Amino acid sequence: MIVRDTFVATTTEFLDDPRTVVVLADISAEAFAPAATRHPDRVVNVGIREQLMVGVAGGLALTGLRPIVHSYAPFLVERAYEQIKLDLDHQGVGAVLVSVGASYDRAAAGRTHLGPADVALIDTLHDWTVHVPGHRDEVPGLLRAVVCGQGSAYVRLSTQSNARAYPEAGDLRVLRDAGPGAALLVAVGPTVDAALDATADLPVTVAYTHRPRPFDTAGLRALVDSAVILVEPYLAGTSARLVSAALADRPHRLAALGVRREELRRYGSAADHARWHGLDAAGLRRSITDFLSPALV
Amino acid sequence: MTTSATTVRVAEAAAPIDGRDQFAPLLERVRAGRKFGANVLSTLDVLQVLYDRVLRITPATVDDPDRDRFLLSKGHAVAGYYALLAAKGFIPPDWLDDQGGPSSRLGDHPDRTLIPGVEIGSGSLGHGLGLGVGSALGLRAQGRLAPRVYVLLGDAELDEGSNHEAIAYAGAVGLGNLTAIVVDNFSATHGWPGGLATRFTANGWTAATVDGRDRDALHPALTGHHGHRPHVVVALVGDGE
Repeated sequence: MIVRDTFVATTTEFLDDPRTVVVLADISAEAFAPAATRHPDRVVNVGIREQLMVGVAGGLALTGLRPIVHSYAPFLVERAYEQIKLDLDHQGVGAVLVSVGASYDRAAAGRTHLGPADVALIDTLHDWTVHVPGHRDEVPGLLRAVVCGQGSAYVRLSTQSNARAYPEAGDLRVLRDAGPGAALLVAVGPTVDAALDATADLPVTVAYTHRPRPFDTAGLRALVDSAVILVEPYLAGTSARLVSAALADRPHRLAALGVRREELRRYGSAADHARWHGLDAAGLRRSITDFLSPALV
Repeated sequence: MTTSATTVRVAEAAAPIDGRDQFAPLLERVRAGRKFGANVLSTLDVLQVLYDRVLRITPATVDDPDRDRFLLSKGHAVAGYYALLAAKGFIPPDWLDDQGGPSSRLGDHPDRTLIPGVEIGSGSLGHGLGLGVGSALGLRAQGRLAPRVYVLLGDAELDEGSNHEAIAYAGAVGLGNLTAIVVDNFSATHGWPGGLATRFTANGWTAATVDGRDRDALHPALTGHHGHRPHVVVALVGDGE
C-alpha cells in the first residue's frame, strides 16, 4: 500500500516536532513501530478501540498537542462519529484524521470495510478541511499544511490513483480547457484520470482538486458557464449543496456523480466497483453524454 | 476559549468577600425552587472535597498548563458544579440565576468554551474518561508530572462501552496520573454485580470504595493513588440518592 507508506514516512518526520502526536487503533501500528520506539510517549496505540482513539486525541489536544489520528475509514469516521463531533469539535480543539480504505478500496472485504459516506459525515461538521489526494506524491505537501494548521482536517488516502500527481491543487486546477461555453467537470482526487478519458472528445473543461473542503467556490464561479459535472470518489452528491449555493444567482445545471447508496453485496476489485457505480471512464462517459444532451434523453 | 484576561476579571467579580463557604446559598440559587434529582444530590460531597481539599486549581490558574484537571463526565450533574465554581470564584454568582436562559453561559450541561474553569463540555455520557486518558497522556508526553487528571462519572454512565475502552487501556499502560471517581447511587439499570471497582482492578487500577457522603473518608480515597497505576474511587451513596 504505497500511499500509506508515504503517509507513515511523512508523519514520522512530523514527530520531530514535540507538539505532534500520533494516535492509532492497531491499524498501521506495525508501520509506525520504528517511530514508536523513538517517541514512545507520542505514538499512542490504544488497541482496537476507535471511540477511545478519538477521545484520546481530544484529550491530547486539550493539553496543547497536535494529534494525527489514523485508522480505516469506516472505523475512524463512522464508528467514532460522536467522538469526532463532541471530543474534538465541541471541545473547541482540532486534530488531523487520516484514513485508509477509501470507498471500495478493499472491495473483496465486503460492506464492513466499505466507507463511501466518510466525507458526507465529516461535512455535517463545521469548518473542516478535507483532502482527497489523487496520487501519493500529493500527500506530503497537503499533510504538512494541515498538520501545521490549527483547525481540524480529514485526509482520505486511497489505493486508487491517477497516473501523475497534481500538487498544489487545493483550489480548482484546470487540466483541460475546452473554451467558452463548455461544461465544467470538477473531478475530486483519484477520479480525474477516468474523467479525462471519458471526456477526451467532448466539449468539457476538466478541473481537478484534492481539497473538496473548503471547496473552491470562487474558482468554480470563474470557470463555470452553465453546466457543472461533479465527479467524486465518495457518495454521489456530497458537494452538490456547495455548487448549488455558489451558483444560486445563476441559471445552471448540475450532474453529481459518485458512489451510489445502494449496498451491492458484491465483492470483486475496486475496478469492478468503479464500473458498477458508473465511475470508470465508460460509465462516466455515459452519464456525461446523457447530461449534455438532455433533449435526446 | 477563555482568555486569561477574561478569567481574571471573572475571578475578581466572583471572589467571596469574607472567605465564608458560600456553597449552600449558591446551590439554592441554582435550584431556584426546583426539585433536585438524585444525580445532583449524590455528587455534592465528592465535588466539595475535590474543590476544597484535593484539586490544585484556582481561578488564577485555569490556563496554567500545570494545573490539575477536573473533568465532569456526567455532565447533567451541573447544579452542584456551578454552585462550587461560583463559591470558589471561577464564575460570578450572578450567572447562577439564569441557567439555561438565552443569554446564559450555563446550560443544563456544561460547555468548556463558555465557562472559566470547566475543562470539558459534557452531556452525552461516556466521553469524559476518554478525554481524561488523552489529557493524562498529553501531560505525560510533555513531561508535566505534577498535574493529575480527575474524571467524575456515574455508575449508570459506565453502561456506555466507551468507558470500558478507556478503563482497559489506562490500566494496560499504567496511566498513573489519572483518577476516576464513580459516584455509585445504584442507578445502572442492570447493576454491577461484584461491585464497580472490580471492573477497574481487573484491568490493573488501584481502587478505593468509600461512603460517598463521608468527607473524611473521601479525602484519603481521592488522594490514595501511588502514582504508577490509574486510581479509581467508588463513592457509594444511597440507592437512588
